[in-house]
Amino acid sequence: MANADIFQIRTEEAPKLAAPISTSGVIGWMRQNLFSSIGNTVLTVIGILIAYSLIMPFIQFAIIDAVWTGDDRTACLAVEGAGHAGACWAYVIDYLPQFIYGRYPTEEIYRVNIVYALFVLLLVPLLMPSAPYKGINALLFLVVFPIISYFLLTGLEFGDTVVLPIVETARWGGLLVTLVIAVTGIVASLPLGIALALGRRSNMPIIKMVSVIFIEFWRGVPLITVLFMSSVMLPLFLPEGVTFDKLLRVLIGVTLFSAAYMAEVVRGGLQAIPKGQYEGAMALGLRFWQMMGLIILPQALKLVIPGIVNTFIGLFKDTTLVLIVGMFDLLGQIQSSFSDPNWSTPTQGHTGYLFAAIVFFIFCFGMSRYSIFMENKLHTGHKR
Amino acid sequence: MSIQEQDSAGAPARASLLNDPKARGLFYQATLIIALVAFGWFIVSNTVENLERQNIASGFGFLQNTAGFGIIQALVDYTETSSYGQAILVGFFNTLLVAVIGIFLATIIGFVVGIARLSNNWVISRLAYCYVELIRNVPLLLQIFFWYFAVLRAVPGKRDKWSFLFDTFHLNIAGLRGPQPIFEEGSGIIGWALVLAIVLAFAVARWSRKRQEATGQQFPVFLTGLGLIIGLPLIAYLIAGMPMHFNYPEFVETGPMLRRGFTLGSGFNLIPEFLALTLALSIYTAAFIAEIVRAGIQAVSHGQSEAAHALGLRNGPTLRLVIIPQAMRVIIPPLTSQYLNLTKNSSLAVAIAFPDLVSVGGTVLNQTGQAIEIIGIWMFVYLTLSLLTSAFMNWYNQRMALVER
Amino acid sequence: MSNKILPLVLGTAMGVAASAANATTLEDVKAKGFVQCGVSQGLPGFSNPDAQGNWTGLDVDLCRGVAAAVFGDASAVKFTPLSAKERFTALQSGEIDILSRNTTWTMSRDTQLGLNFAGVNYYDGQGFMVRKDLGVTSALEMSGASVCTNTGTTTELNVADYFRANNMPYEIVAFEKADEVVAAYDAGRCDVYTTDASGLYAQRLKLTNPADHMVLPEIISKEPLGPVVRQGDDEWFNIAKWTLNAMINAEEMGVTSANVDDMKGSDNPSIKRLLGVEGAFGEAIGLGNDWAYNVIKGVGNYGESFDANVGPDTPLGIARGVNALWSNGGFLYAPPVR
Repeated sequence: MANADIFQIRTEEAPKLAAPISTSGVIGWMRQNLFSSIGNTVLTVIGILIAYSLIMPFIQFAIIDAVWTGDDRTACLAVEGAGHAGACWAYVIDYLPQFIYGRYPTEEIYRVNIVYALFVLLLVPLLMPSAPYKGINALLFLVVFPIISYFLLTGLEFGDTVVLPIVETARWGGLLVTLVIAVTGIVASLPLGIALALGRRSNMPIIKMVSVIFIEFWRGVPLITVLFMSSVMLPLFLPEGVTFDKLLRVLIGVTLFSAAYMAEVVRGGLQAIPKGQYEGAMALGLRFWQMMGLIILPQALKLVIPGIVNTFIGLFKDTTLVLIVGMFDLLGQIQSSFSDPNWSTPTQGHTGYLFAAIVFFIFCFGMSRYSIFMENKLHTGHKR
Repeated sequence: MSIQEQDSAGAPARASLLNDPKARGLFYQATLIIALVAFGWFIVSNTVENLERQNIASGFGFLQNTAGFGIIQALVDYTETSSYGQAILVGFFNTLLVAVIGIFLATIIGFVVGIARLSNNWVISRLAYCYVELIRNVPLLLQIFFWYFAVLRAVPGKRDKWSFLFDTFHLNIAGLRGPQPIFEEGSGIIGWALVLAIVLAFAVARWSRKRQEATGQQFPVFLTGLGLIIGLPLIAYLIAGMPMHFNYPEFVETGPMLRRGFTLGSGFNLIPEFLALTLALSIYTAAFIAEIVRAGIQAVSHGQSEAAHALGLRNGPTLRLVIIPQAMRVIIPPLTSQYLNLTKNSSLAVAIAFPDLVSVGGTVLNQTGQAIEIIGIWMFVYLTLSLLTSAFMNWYNQRMALVER
Repeated sequence: MSNKILPLVLGTAMGVAASAANATTLEDVKAKGFVQCGVSQGLPGFSNPDAQGNWTGLDVDLCRGVAAAVFGDASAVKFTPLSAKERFTALQSGEIDILSRNTTWTMSRDTQLGLNFAGVNYYDGQGFMVRKDLGVTSALEMSGASVCTNTGTTTELNVADYFRANNMPYEIVAFEKADEVVAAYDAGRCDVYTTDASGLYAQRLKLTNPADHMVLPEIISKEPLGPVVRQGDDEWFNIAKWTLNAMINAEEMGVTSANVDDMKGSDNPSIKRLLGVEGAFGEAIGLGNDWAYNVIKGVGNYGESFDANVGPDTPLGIARGVNALWSNGGFLYAPPVR
């Protein structure tokens, strides 16, 4: 105690030293995440090698060696003489209108553009959780929009007075057909799917059985057989002289098919609603449809928005199958353009498929991001 | 309570039939049945009328007629003189082959990618993430075209080859060739030995589990099983006097151009259509399986692995004995539907000339015009496969489900 | 009758065409104002759409001819692209009025499907295309070859018969769509591409280097291609049949789309009858007497159509060969208008 003066009492905190350089910053991060052990280091090296060997040829093909301008195949062949053949984007640019509109008459293309614009205008606020007037918006999108676009796309003629010249569906193609099939499939399958989901949970044995058989049947068979059925078998089901437009036949097939998947998604939502909600609704004296329409479905559907979006992504990708039954969706249109001798080069096929892949990826990835965003938003209440 | 009793006692006659839920239920169901029957009758009568008018025969009699077209890959005996029924059978087995091999590969890739997705290594987990997002968001048909048409151009032509694994396997545009085992007289014993080995392996596994439960002693089940399954047939093969030889691929390098390359029918050959389809299907499905695996592993609470570590288990056993068994419960139901999807998606074979059920069926449909029968066969087969797979998975799921004590 | 009401009610909604079952095809066509014609999904020279969606080709010209005969307007026609699988169902169900899609006339199709072939507008046969560097000069040297073709056509059966008859092993790769066959053949998957010889010439244009490939001389089958209509409507059958005959007769008489107006003043009685100056042959098939004049004015005679679409001056470069007039050593021989 005598030599108390040798004790030093610190009155202020010691200055904080930066963490050792090996555990912080870029190096620290790398040490922790990339090179924490020998095994990990090996993995990192292998991973980088894989990534490099995949990405470099891609960049080489799609960007460095690519040809962006040109009027016909000679532009893309010239590069071939120099050694490497890159993507022939000039061909995609030349064919872009056909990829977007198919063989829709040039002077009527504005109609397709109006439909595209309306689609975006109505869909974007519908997807934004914060945008007001959801009810009106949904009504416009699900009921009014399909009717307007139907007349815009197919045309409107009363006898001899032509309001909008009729464009037969054989001339539709490209992204237009892809979107028409995917959007119609989802919009039309939603009510059918809800009905089936309710039917499957019904107490009435026959209704339940019919719903289960319907759902399991469509979920059990591949879409391609459904499409073959609608293109080959459906005409046999109809009375003599009655024919369906080819696109309509495909739409019917796709709608029935996706309704079954939609029913399962909606059923998941219905199951997630606590029993108390049903009991509360019944205690209030609501009838079945009032209970469903006012209490249960609004909650259940909100819950399954991610599921619906995922079903839509699946359907959007599956629309490519219609090319097998001879319709020209985006992929079909691209494939059919391969037969143009004007652009026939060794890289034409690769370029076309790459373009299709990029377009599909942008749409699907965007939608899946949205689905995740909604999922997070909806789950806020239950987060621990 | 009392009010209710009074009520039901005081109102002996139900208010009206209209408000009786039972009566209404019956009414709805009756309406549905009537509507369905009417719809069915409408379709059937139209179809019958149309078929009669167009002189199209109905029934499955055509299956006995001679097919007359060739099929590139057949697992069962098939020639041009075989019947349509046989052709469809060939297609069915090809579908099964793609489905089984596709499921096998997809499971392996899916589990590897799913676990890689959770890796601490940033590069690996990013790679896995990119794989999943890229593959999931591009249509399968496009991927099949990619594997078929893009990769087809990258491999050597028919008069050339890439050889690997000590020159036993060869790849070129005509497919992947390798030696084909040919079984001779007396080779049946090898098959029986294999069956016996599998039965024995199961018995050993059972016995060792019982012993472990009773005494805690472990037994190297996996190694023993492997030894049995490889060893017994090998012994049988030697005892029977090696009744088997290999049919090696024959590669001609001289002579007329057309004859050069591999001779047809020498060695076994996996045609490029099969390779492209199987590859595309398994890579596509694996992306979905990876997400399922990741979600399953994440669903196991972190405390489980901490507890396992606390008990002194190392990383390997923790994963194998604690995490995976629990994760499997979450994984299996969605895994089932992915397997089903793969099987159904194998029907896209029709786009690249692989003779699966839909593709061969389509050819038969064209030659005979029997649309209803062929589509009926398609739907029946796929529905049966779906139901069987889900039945098996349900059984497995029940076995794996939590046993609460 | 009552079971026809439901689809009619539904039909007002979208693209459903319901025609009264009793009306004849001609009445139907006149009522809707155009001919609905089933064509291929794109076969250069026969029926192929350009980037604007305008169809051209030999098969297309026949449909335009029928439209010209009925309406006097060769553009009063709409085209439905059909796959090989769908084509007969589309015609049977009334979705199209006439099928002009390089369809082979066979007995079973003529008699068992409720269809009638109205004639032959191209005599074809199945041929083989190979790479020149294979050094193959005859189809009989193709033992052990792998063969690419389309599924769902007679081609697949013919090739099986041919290889079997000549005792040559082969493997067949059969695709759903012609474009896929071309792509696979171009990539070197197969040694041989087989389809109708006309198709080989057409598809060769789609190859990366068309000059590296040759069509072998052997023709292994008879493939008479022609327009098809539904059985049981003789009036419409006659119109299709005689539109084709008029085009062939016009070539024989030297009537072309350029000189058809002058030819009206010709002294030749055959030409007078054909162009409706003399006689009332048009009325007999339910049309105006200037029906053939309209056909020739609208699409030209057979020779013009051939030359414009598939002839030696087109990229296909097919010689007239057996498709020349009988008087020039070919098979084309149309019954006289008399």
